[in-house]
Amino acid sequence: MEPSISIKNLALSFGNLKVLKDLNLEVGQGEFLVLLGSSGCGKSTLLNCIAGLLDITDGQIFIGGRNVTWEEPSQRGIGMVFQSYALYPQMTVAGNLSFGLKNAGLPKAEIEDRVNRAAKILQIEPLLKRKPAALSGGQRQRAAIGRALVRDVNVFLFDEPLSNLDAKLRADLRVEIKQLHQQLQNTMIYVTHDQIEAMTLADRIAIMRGGQILQLDTPHEIYNKPTSKYVADFIGSPTMNFFDGAIEGGDQLRFTTGDLSFTLEGYEFDAGTPAPGTAWFGIRPEHMLSGADAENAPIRMNGQVNLVEPLGSDTLARVTAEGHALWIRLDGQAAIASGDSIAIGFDPARANLFDKTTENRL
Amino acid sequence: MANDKPFQPFRNLNAKIASIPMILTALVIFVGCTLWTIFYSFTKSKLLPKLDFVGFDQYERLWGTRRWLVSIENLLIYGSLSLIFSLLIGFLLAALLDQKIRFEDTFRTILLYPFALSFIVTGLVWQWILNPDFGVQHAVRSLGWESFNFDPLYNANIVIYGVLIAGLWQGTGLVMCLMLAGLRGIDEDIWKAARVDGIPMWKTYLFIVIPMMRPVFITTIVIITSGIVRVYDLIVAQTGGGPGIASEVPAKYVYDYMFQSQNLGQGFAASSIMLLTVAIIVIPWAYLEFGGKRRG
Amino acid sequence: MADSQVLTDTAAVTGPFGRRPKPIFSRRNIMLYGTLIVIAVYYLLPLYVMVVTSLKGMPEIRLGNIFAPPVEITFEPWVKAWSEACTGLNCDGLSRGFWNSVRITVPSVIISIAIASVNGYALANWRFRGSEVFFTILIFGSFIPYQVMIYPIVIVLREIGVYGSLTGLVIVHTIFGMPILTLLFRNYFVSVPEELFKAARVDGAGFWGIYFQIMLPMSLPIFVVAIILQITGIWNDFLFGVVYTKPDTYPMTVQLNNIVNSVQGVKEYNVNMAATIITGLVPLTVYFLSGKLFVRGIAAGAVKG
Repeated sequence: MEPSISIKNLALSFGNLKVLKDLNLEVGQGEFLVLLGSSGCGKSTLLNCIAGLLDITDGQIFIGGRNVTWEEPSQRGIGMVFQSYALYPQMTVAGNLSFGLKNAGLPKAEIEDRVNRAAKILQIEPLLKRKPAALSGGQRQRAAIGRALVRDVNVFLFDEPLSNLDAKLRADLRVEIKQLHQQLQNTMIYVTHDQIEAMTLADRIAIMRGGQILQLDTPHEIYNKPTSKYVADFIGSPTMNFFDGAIEGGDQLRFTTGDLSFTLEGYEFDAGTPAPGTAWFGIRPEHMLSGADAENAPIRMNGQVNLVEPLGSDTLARVTAEGHALWIRLDGQAAIASGDSIAIGFDPARANLFDKTTENRL
Repeated sequence: MANDKPFQPFRNLNAKIASIPMILTALVIFVGCTLWTIFYSFTKSKLLPKLDFVGFDQYERLWGTRRWLVSIENLLIYGSLSLIFSLLIGFLLAALLDQKIRFEDTFRTILLYPFALSFIVTGLVWQWILNPDFGVQHAVRSLGWESFNFDPLYNANIVIYGVLIAGLWQGTGLVMCLMLAGLRGIDEDIWKAARVDGIPMWKTYLFIVIPMMRPVFITTIVIITSGIVRVYDLIVAQTGGGPGIASEVPAKYVYDYMFQSQNLGQGFAASSIMLLTVAIIVIPWAYLEFGGKRRG
Repeated sequence: MADSQVLTDTAAVTGPFGRRPKPIFSRRNIMLYGTLIVIAVYYLLPLYVMVVTSLKGMPEIRLGNIFAPPVEITFEPWVKAWSEACTGLNCDGLSRGFWNSVRITVPSVIISIAIASVNGYALANWRFRGSEVFFTILIFGSFIPYQVMIYPIVIVLREIGVYGSLTGLVIVHTIFGMPILTLLFRNYFVSVPEELFKAARVDGAGFWGIYFQIMLPMSLPIFVVAIILQITGIWNDFLFGVVYTKPDTYPMTVQLNNIVNSVQGVKEYNVNMAATIITGLVPLTVYFLSGKLFVRGIAAGAVKG
């Protein structure tokens, strides 16, 4: 099937400042793609380029098979939802929804029809006569989505749409956006810096850094098989535990860090057995075993608990072992206190190894 | 903070001492002197103020004086045109400068510099440029268009437009700056949303941006109008009120009657009318702006 | 769209590619910059006319065109305007007015800003019963036409014995500068995080201690804005100068107007324009040097409290 959006060798620079570098990206029909990254990584810039709100320096953009590189935003067949909602404050919700359509010269009946349909989908029918100032944050964001919806387009672009809302509302609207996507089956590109939003909403996540896409994959793959140390570090809270050490050859590969040395039995290398050299060994807090479970782990050590963060559903502990400070995720019922000594262990099969110099996955 | 507590005159004493100039200014000058003038506008004061009440006599004389009527008419013409054109030109200039142009700072500096000059300087320069024997009229005639006629400062019918040209030259830069600040205050996303919606730029300005700038417009209007009512130096420098009394304005009427004709009562009455004019503009504005809300 | 269809057929790279073509001389740019340049020329014209006229001799002015550059540059008019031009019986030029204006402006700027900044600070951080009421009167008072208050102020100044002196005029400038300056400082100090103020109070600093040690050092930019605002405002004043001073102490604007609009003698337009430029030079210098701060100053007047 032809991709819904396809970006070829896209680059954007302002003077000497290269904001986006030779980007390639294909988004499938009906796919929900999330652009994720810390601020300044170029994710919103990329979205604005796709929308046509920024003129690109190089490359091409196709939407629905049509080359839209030089098209005006309104001609690209997209709808867009902004972080600040960007509702026209002097118009009612109905006015906001219909203004673009009126301007495009659509017949009155058709406009009314579309507005009503969008209002129904978003359950904002009672709000149509109100002005944005009289709406709550969540209602405003719904109205903003409605303005994209009435355009009857196949591609929706979301620019951090939930960032201005409080945590509870954000979680609710996240679910609604997901349901909306399931209902409409539109292609959606969604920019966020919130990894929970990214993980929960996306079919695929593109992790961006420095104007490039570092990794583009399903949330599962991104979480479990990060292709670089940056991605491994960026995704997951608390962050992955890293050991700074070296891989040593022999008939059985070993990883050595300080006084600690263990075999890498069970670890699946990405591209065959690597040459010996310096490397990062990373393991997620939930893959750190403790207590009785640790007994059976291939690698075991003893640690001292410095800090306990009970979250209810689970408990996080900061443990010092063999000179390393490590995060461990424990069961919410675990009886543990600061100062306790505990046995911890892990299985290299669940680890992530990264080359020290390239920081790429081994 | 202190409002709910009982009266404690020595609490916060330093702040009260620091506020003495403000309290004196507010009470003695702004309230006291204003009331004094209004009060004495009902007297027969001539060279010196004296408490010889004559009711509304001064006002009747005022509205029976041709010079005052011409002043008011001029103020209305000058005021309304100046308001309309400075808003229009100021906004258009701001919109032009808002097009992400190169050399924006240079253009802004050029458009605003007249505002740094005094009305006296402004008036004298334009008096010179509009001088029929040497200025624009002369320059155009010497190009070959012998019958060209443009001498606003010597033609009683159009002299006020000559003043208007100078006034706009001096003041539009300020309006432009206020408007530009207003335009820059509009959320960038609004522009983006309008582009995605396919709204042409002029429609975005007209139907979205200008309505959003309502507070900026209102504030600007209040600033311009309160300046217009005061217009004095410009007239003194550019035309001296002439030819004849063709370009007289109320502020000049007040000054001349108070300090030259030794007819204080007329000056007081005329200035009280000026105050009334400003009040008619400022009070509704203040009501709209601060009326509903509790001030914090 | 039609264009893109045509281009699609070309080659390996299909269709529009890279930067949207935007000729530098597009119709939009020509219109935009054309308009701006025409307007800029119009705005600069009076300044240009002033300068060229002041550099010409009278014969050249009588024969020539005010827009033409001087054939023979002469600085005679400038010298004359500065040291010989007559107002009434005094023929010592604008220099007297210049120094009067300096003597008026410097103390007025310093005193008005000192008083207004402390006052704004009291209003922002040390509110007392009634402080907001007085402030509201002050702000609304700034809309009252000066003509309403000038005569009673003459009486007040006469009563305290400073009518006609520079001191009297300094007091008047301090009074009428107060609304805008107080607003400026109050708004600025309100925006200073309150925690800072509270922390200083916990540390035992009092009203003046906090003002001098904390507020003053961190509000230098707003002081600069206030100074710019006051220098231009006071230098350009005409009404107060003419009402509250005597011919000996007339500020520059008043003297300039008297020189140019005097009815006696032959009109020397070149001297008049030289005098006009010299008078405008101080605020213009302040304006061109201060740049964005000037804009901030005038915009501050529009920001409501």
